[in-house]
Amino acid sequence: MTTTQTPVSAPGARPDVTSLPRRIRSNRSVMHYVGSVLKALMCALMLAFFALPLLWLATAPFDSAPSLSLAWPEWTLKNFKVLIDNPYALRSLANSIILALGVTVIVLVFGSIASYALSRVRIPGRDTLLYALLLLSSIVTGTAAMVPTFQLMNQLGLIDSQLGVILVMAAGVMPTVIFILKDFMDSVPRSYEESARLAGAGPLRILIDVVVPIARPGLATIAVWAVVQVWGNFLIPYILLRSPDKQPAAVVMYTFYTEGGQPNLALISTFSLLFSVPVVAMYFFVNRKFGFRFHGGIKS
Amino acid sequence: MAAITTQSLVKEYPGGVRGVDEMDVTINDGEFFALLGPSGCGKTTLLRTIAGLEETTSGTISIGNRDVTDLNPGDRGVSMVFQDYALFPHMNVEDNIAYPMRVRKVAKEARHKVAHETGSGLALDGLMARRPNQLSGGQQQRVALARAVATRPDVLLLDEPLSNLDARLRLEARTFLKELQRDLGVTTVFVTHDQAEALALADRIAVMKSGKLQQLGTPREVFRRPSNTFVAGFIGSNPMNLVTTTLGTGTIRIGEQEIPLPSSLADLPGLDAGRSIVWGVRPEYLQLSEDPLDVSLTGEVTVVENLGASCLVSVLVGDTRLQVVVSEDDEPAPGTKVWVTASERHSLLFDTETTERITP
Repeated sequence: MTTTQTPVSAPGARPDVTSLPRRIRSNRSVMHYVGSVLKALMCALMLAFFALPLLWLATAPFDSAPSLSLAWPEWTLKNFKVLIDNPYALRSLANSIILALGVTVIVLVFGSIASYALSRVRIPGRDTLLYALLLLSSIVTGTAAMVPTFQLMNQLGLIDSQLGVILVMAAGVMPTVIFILKDFMDSVPRSYEESARLAGAGPLRILIDVVVPIARPGLATIAVWAVVQVWGNFLIPYILLRSPDKQPAAVVMYTFYTEGGQPNLALISTFSLLFSVPVVAMYFFVNRKFGFRFHGGIKS
Repeated sequence: MAAITTQSLVKEYPGGVRGVDEMDVTINDGEFFALLGPSGCGKTTLLRTIAGLEETTSGTISIGNRDVTDLNPGDRGVSMVFQDYALFPHMNVEDNIAYPMRVRKVAKEARHKVAHETGSGLALDGLMARRPNQLSGGQQQRVALARAVATRPDVLLLDEPLSNLDARLRLEARTFLKELQRDLGVTTVFVTHDQAEALALADRIAVMKSGKLQQLGTPREVFRRPSNTFVAGFIGSNPMNLVTTTLGTGTIRIGEQEIPLPSSLADLPGLDAGRSIVWGVRPEYLQLSEDPLDVSLTGEVTVVENLGASCLVSVLVGDTRLQVVVSEDDEPAPGTKVWVTASERHSLLFDTETTERITP
């Protein structure tokens, strides 16, 4: 119920408004205020639900005695000292970067070539193929296919190899990448390519000179998405990597316990902060540099 | 030398639709050549086949003395301006003009020098650092033209070059285009659905319909001596009067009235009384008079449309509607009884069956 619909605040002279019994009028405005208060409470609750973990992430790393509750910290940087002294923490972040970059490069190079081809060449059953791939991709990286994936990697001799993890994850995200990129490629007008063809450019040249620059916002979106996928993935590296010094951050965090079997919150909170900062920073960088938008040159 | 010759050229799409059907055309060196027709007539397909963007189904294309039927678009010595101009949005004007030279591995300084020279020839000085989306439609068109001519192609192809410009700019660009073509002397083929544009620009026009050539000739020939009723109806700002009727003895029957056959046709065989024909005369070649005249048709004015310096007057002769162009001072009021005289020289007869012109 909004104020404009209640007779009380309705503009213009309505003779019966003043003659309404006072009780009804006050009842209506009371209900209105109660509604507003409830709405605000709901918003506050939901906001708190999302804000609390973030606040914890911002304060706990700097607390001398971090706990799971949110409290005003006793400021210290000692937790970071603990993190640096841990033999696996920083190395695992480097490993995560290696995996993320490896997957992103593979996905961008092969994904753009594949999606360009699929966008331009008419083959029967193309769309069915794309949907089937999309469906299967959730299986490749999913739990169901872990045993066959492990056996495949075992036979290829790629167990405990970062290359193996990169290949499996790239294969897992590739269908989605092709699916999204094909849409971007479809939106590149053909006359651009025909113009380049008349200039004497071959297909690869056209892809590099014309299509990729125009589809760049799409490629940037895909790159960010692929990095996030790899960055947070726990299962695949956990299964395929054996040596602790090759594990990425998402897996290493799992090992941060004190001798007593309790989670080492000092280590976990600082590490979580370092773990999330690169992803957020990358998002802002990519958004500013490329902008998730399409720029065209035609008035139509 | 860069004449273009097509020999029984066929472009067939999957499903058997022929975009271009048995096309034999020779476009002379240095000629400004128009491909004209309604949408879907295959004119753009023919242009794209010459460019190499569409594969030839059968027949040959040669440019100069080379058979280019199976060559890649880049090896044919042609360049093209697209309907949407297709300027690369991520390159500035200079890089856009220089791009074909970059593909051909011309050194950086050399290609930028040529780009600047071509650009200033097309009044693009001061715009070289801009992106295409910072240019007006007319400027974009000139950049597209500069990119096309910078490499000194043998053949310049223009796909509806004026259709993306607004009406005012279109007239300016038309004059400009004709000047540019004359200065460069490059063989130019352009596609248009606008007959006025084709008449104004082209040295010769090929009128097409359903992938087939209807008539090939100078603008004057196509306008005055259309080879069939389709061309007759398509060419001309005011559509030609085409009346399906029958012949009397030495006369043409229009409703209840008769006018004599043009004297040039008197000796022609086969023009017997009772034969069904199509009589065609342009509204510009009909004379209108409010006083009774001898060899004329009588009718009543129904509608007067103002065309600026002239008027298009519709006259109902029996059941037949004739349109006449009269100058602005002589316009009759609707309802007036008038007499219409056809210029004998400009009256044409067409066969009803084949639609071909009978008048020599």
